[in-house]
Amino acid sequence: MNDENKSKSVDNAGAEEKSATNVSTAGWSSMTRRGLLKALVSIPFLGAFFLAFFKKKAVDDVKKQAVLEELGVTETGPAVIPDAISRPPGDRVRVGIIGMGGEGEALVRFAGFAHPDWVESSRQDAPGRLETYLAQQDLNIAITAVCDMFDVRAERAIAASSTDTRPGGASANPPGRRFRSYTDMLESGEVDAVIIATPDHWHSQISMDAASAGIHVYCEKCMTQTEEQTHAMYDAVKQSGIVFQLGHQNRQSEAHNKAREIIAADILGPITLVEGTTNRNDPWGAWVWDIHEEGNPQTIDWEQFQGPAPNRVPFSLERFFRWRCWYDYGTGLAGDLLSHEYDAVNQILGLGIPESAVASGGIYHFKDGRDVPDVFQSVYEYPDRDLTFVYSATLANGNYRGLQFMGHDATMQVSGNLNVSADRSSTRYKDKIEQGLIDTSRPMFTYRPGFKGIDAVTSATEEYFASRGLLFTYRGGRRVSAYHLLIGEWLDVIRNGGETSCNIERGFEEAITCHMATRSFQEGRKVMWDPTSRRIV
Amino acid sequence: MTQQSDAILGRNYTGLQTTALVFLRILVGWHFFYEGLAKLLNQYWTAAGYLAESQWWFSGLFLNLAANPTALAFVDFINSWGLVVIGLGLMLGAFTRVFTIAAMVLLFLYYIAAPPFVGYVYSVPMEGSYLIVNKVLIELAAVGVLLAFPTSMSFGLDRLIFWKKSPEYQALQRANG
Repeated sequence: MNDENKSKSVDNAGAEEKSATNVSTAGWSSMTRRGLLKALVSIPFLGAFFLAFFKKKAVDDVKKQAVLEELGVTETGPAVIPDAISRPPGDRVRVGIIGMGGEGEALVRFAGFAHPDWVESSRQDAPGRLETYLAQQDLNIAITAVCDMFDVRAERAIAASSTDTRPGGASANPPGRRFRSYTDMLESGEVDAVIIATPDHWHSQISMDAASAGIHVYCEKCMTQTEEQTHAMYDAVKQSGIVFQLGHQNRQSEAHNKAREIIAADILGPITLVEGTTNRNDPWGAWVWDIHEEGNPQTIDWEQFQGPAPNRVPFSLERFFRWRCWYDYGTGLAGDLLSHEYDAVNQILGLGIPESAVASGGIYHFKDGRDVPDVFQSVYEYPDRDLTFVYSATLANGNYRGLQFMGHDATMQVSGNLNVSADRSSTRYKDKIEQGLIDTSRPMFTYRPGFKGIDAVTSATEEYFASRGLLFTYRGGRRVSAYHLLIGEWLDVIRNGGETSCNIERGFEEAITCHMATRSFQEGRKVMWDPTSRRIV
Repeated sequence: MTQQSDAILGRNYTGLQTTALVFLRILVGWHFFYEGLAKLLNQYWTAAGYLAESQWWFSGLFLNLAANPTALAFVDFINSWGLVVIGLGLMLGAFTRVFTIAAMVLLFLYYIAAPPFVGYVYSVPMEGSYLIVNKVLIELAAVGVLLAFPTSMSFGLDRLIFWKKSPEYQALQRANG
């Protein structure tokens, strides 16, 4: 707009207002009534806004209240979660780490001893991750002993044990001592407790030896390879009275604890089908793990690694670094991933061991010399509970299917979050569906623990674990490592007594359930559980 | 409104032009205000999901914001209250220039966080189909129009707030000698 126009318009304005007024020009009073109305032109719109806003809010609130009253659970209140730690950690516990691969390193880290490399990479790439780590409670332990068959990993364990970047402002400890064999460690008198994160084929032997030495055990799943080992390990742990924790992080998941509330409130109606799934689609997720460049017969104690493996073979880097691909060392999809789904279902429904199992599958994608299937399904029957639990897995497709509990009245989907959707033909919600208070096309109940924050999840496999609440969970909206809580609980029971959440009873149920699937697959038949003789038949 | 000319900040708009501009300002304000209130009332709401979807040049910055709980709490606070205050300001026509600029900054950030460029796919479903231009960009342009053609000195609380600085008042002063 040019100056000429501008001055003209100002004049216009002046003339317009002047003709209508003859008042003092000291303040707003100099404004005409028309001018004042112009200034307040939006007020009716604001009125309309608030009218619509409160109407919408009232409608939403009525719907929400109706649903929540019907369900009898709180939407936002935290689930009742057993405290992982009952009292501040008093006595220092001396812990040995046996097996410092990926899982071992994660466990040691969340026990408060992150390797300096991890600290450095977090500082650069994921400051939020480091912040969460450093905010962890100091568990007051020392990693006094380390044992790994590969020199590089043993050295990493020693470096982690003496790190000075500690959570909760804890100070650095002297480096842990390396033992060439775990038996030397158990006999050294330098450990009160051990974390066992070796390949599966060593779990039961080490656990039993530790139990007989009176040393507490935190053991990774799957806790055994066979039914016989499961019985032997169960007896050894029971007789010794040590504190045993099986490494199932989902036991600490806030969503899983909330799911128990949903079940207790009988929101789903009779549940006839539970579906647990695994979908991963990257080589790492299919256990094609990196072969370390320094791995060779000089740096790896191959003979000791093989130990109780059923078949002894010449030195193999593939077998050492990718041991989950062979039944000699691992337990396949059943022990590695079905175990997570089963334990979640067992935690939520308390199912125990099924009456029967039928499993099938094959090596359909990763034809790399492995002997464990990469596609695997198992169907478990629980006639006394009137339900079937189906597990379905592929390592060559990433489509997320989640874990679902299907009842007559509603379906509950459980992951890091929790969604409950009413069933179109539900008897219980029939009236509310007809009244339009419950919409079956959307979840009627959603529970999102720790909604205020997300993780810098970096890999497809991490995403898989994160979606199942296996990497971290929430306490009062704060993100906490699930590993940390589980180890914290184990140490708390060691110090103060009580019961671990994934004790030897739960471990027994899980191991037997997994082995039933593996046996069914390997033997090509339906297997049954005989509860009287406590045997798979 | 008739076809008589309205003088706004010394510019001549027709009645239709003024009506259209004021209406646009109120609509954008309404949208901002409700977006802000809805976020404040929803305790589950966080910008994390949107930020975590970020692509293009600035994705590193936005992803870091999403991953850092302290930064995220700050972003959530600024975003929801910012929307409320900007929305109210635009609706009422109060301090409109400042809030118009603030609205453009916010919309610009939303746009560059997740631009609908060729090859970018977002898991959060969109309600329409977009190529480079999306509704955020259009709203950004609309607010740009409001900045270029301000109306609040005539139709809005700014008329009261900045009364003594208005050409109208100055003219009155001159006329009254």
